[in-house]
Amino acid sequence: MSKEIKFNEETLALCHKMMKRYPEGKHKSAIIPILHIAQAEFGGWLSPEVMDYVASILKIQSIEVYEVASFYSMFNLQPVGKCVLDICRTSSCWVRGAEDVVKHLEKKLGIKAGETTKDGMFTIKMVECLGSCGTAPMLQCGASYHENLTLDKVDKLIEDYRTAGKQRSYTDLDYKNTL
Amino acid sequence: MGRKLLIHNDKVPNIHTLEVYRQNGGYASVEKALKTMTPEAVVEEVKKSGLRGRGGAGFPTGMKWSFLAKPPGVERYLVCNADESEPGTFKDRYLMEKIPHALIEGMITSSYALGAKTSYIYIRGEYFYVARILETAIEEAYAAGLLGKNILGTDFSHDCYVQVGAGAYICGEETALLESLEGKRGNPRIKPPFPAIAGLYGCPTVVNNVETIAAVCPIINMGGDEYAKIGIGRSTGTKLISASGHINKPGTYEIELGIPVEEFIYSDEYCGGIINGRKLKAVVAGGSSVPVLPAELILKTDKGEPRLMTYESLSEGGFISGTMLGSGGFIVYDETTSIVKNLYTFARFYHHESCGQCSPCREGTGWMEKILHRIIEGHGKPSDIDLLWDIQRKIEGNTICPLGDAAAWPVASAIRHFRKEFEAYINHPEKIKDAMPII
Ligand SMILES: Cc1cc2nc3c(=O)[nH]c(=O)nc-3n(C[C@H](O)[C@H](O)[C@H](O)COP(=O)(O)O)c2cc1C
Ligand code: SF4
Ligand code: FES
Repeated sequence: MSKEIKFNEETLALCHKMMKRYPEGKHKSAIIPILHIAQAEFGGWLSPEVMDYVASILKIQSIEVYEVASFYSMFNLQPVGKCVLDICRTSSCWVRGAEDVVKHLEKKLGIKAGETTKDGMFTIKMVECLGSCGTAPMLQCGASYHENLTLDKVDKLIEDYRTAGKQRSYTDLDYKNTL
Repeated sequence: MGRKLLIHNDKVPNIHTLEVYRQNGGYASVEKALKTMTPEAVVEEVKKSGLRGRGGAGFPTGMKWSFLAKPPGVERYLVCNADESEPGTFKDRYLMEKIPHALIEGMITSSYALGAKTSYIYIRGEYFYVARILETAIEEAYAAGLLGKNILGTDFSHDCYVQVGAGAYICGEETALLESLEGKRGNPRIKPPFPAIAGLYGCPTVVNNVETIAAVCPIINMGGDEYAKIGIGRSTGTKLISASGHINKPGTYEIELGIPVEEFIYSDEYCGGIINGRKLKAVVAGGSSVPVLPAELILKTDKGEPRLMTYESLSEGGFISGTMLGSGGFIVYDETTSIVKNLYTFARFYHHESCGQCSPCREGTGWMEKILHRIIEGHGKPSDIDLLWDIQRKIEGNTICPLGDAAAWPVASAIRHFRKEFEAYINHPEKIKDAMPII
């Protein structure tokens, strides 16, 4: 990775602001929000170096960060594409055609679920229920929910991401306006 | 039309803004509670209302609140459970997305009742855009003097924060949620001590579901006795039901507890019937963790009485012929559905989500997934059905948290009510192998 692993001042200030949401000495509580920021800032995944950096901000041991990062399914511990397509595979989505969506995407992108395209644009990731069962089938990319999917909609989505995604990573969360 | 108390304003334009929310009567419960009632009186109204936790277990909220320890000089916390990861459940998302102030209002009124100076809303990480909506609502509330120091000029001060998770169903279990909020892995704690004694940072804590907290507002506004008049027996008030699967109108509905299940499935006000005019096969009435029931048992109890949408009626007959209201995640399956393959999606889910602390859950969920996989692949053995039965029985009741039970019940109920379908898969794999493919 060419980019130096360091937040800019604004982002660092945001981290310190978040750490103040908890009582004195309990700032470790901010670990999940800060890992989300780190993942968005440093290429969509958490390398050991990135986790060490987060540990240094929180003034805790690196192992404490590894422990947490490896527990939660939204944290990627391996490199991923610019657009991670999280496809729900649980019951309500399955009965409404999630299977067709996955097969269509696998064919279209030439990869299997769990893999990343050679150009580094797309990763297909199978996930469990995302609370969108009434608008199944669905997929999530970054902070966006794409619901009531049809194969046409999926095609359109991929085209849009192909064009726009060259400028922007869709694994990003717009955290600056949120956290 | 039934009465609605939580999402009656969901179609009002800009109801997500503080201005429109207040124009429609919003924050009345904060005014009333903080200015005219003692905290004890607020708890008393909630007790009278008969409100039961809307997160799944249905424990009486007023009683839970009265268990909260109050040692002098020790902070107390209110934590809102917005983890909403139970498959089939998306009602909290609807409420928070459409009417975020309904939750913030409930957080303030409830925190006043509990004497909590700080509260956290723990929301699943995938609902990031909903977290953003809540943050905006909280900022508006601070600017209007509804949060922060001396709310509405009273002595009560309160801070409320949103905390995002990062993808883990188990963090909906309240002690796992607290661990996660403390910045750790989401491993459920051994109880006792219960959160009411030692919760967040070791302090007395109440954890309540989004809908439970939002329901406190109408209860304070109308009075607990009035609220308790809605519903039947110990199932008082209204309930949000998120309906999905093979129905014409999936979505989130607010019902008066007590309407017949049949009306909920077939009337145009709610689910609007089964898609393509097909026949109903089965229903999971309260999220993936509750027993699945075949059509005849979900519409009528085994005594032949119409099944109602209440805690009691849905569980009538115990696990032999009944189920649970659970989280209100209502999944409907039509006659084309393969129960065995559907069960496989659940078994895979629980195996994926087991935190791994207890061996019956960690190993048992893995075995159940594996055995179901070989059955749907056409390699099942006749002894597999009994093996599955045996494994789920060994998990149930033998684990630190209820996820183990939640993984066992769908398996037990599918075998109990649809054993023939398992046998068909095992005895004639060539006939069903290609029906409803699975990832
Ligand atoms: C595995 C598991 C997952 C749970 N998930 C949720 C959830 O997503 N939301 C929720 O409110 N309660 C969930 N619960 C129930 C909580 O532990 C707790 O009972 C609830 O938040 C209490 O709030 P209530 O009394 O208002 O329902 C879950 C329980 C278990 C065992
Ligand atoms: S029952 Fe399962 S999820 Fe719950 S603590 Fe044990 S291993 Fe973890
Ligand atoms: S089952 Fe796919 S979002 Fe719930």
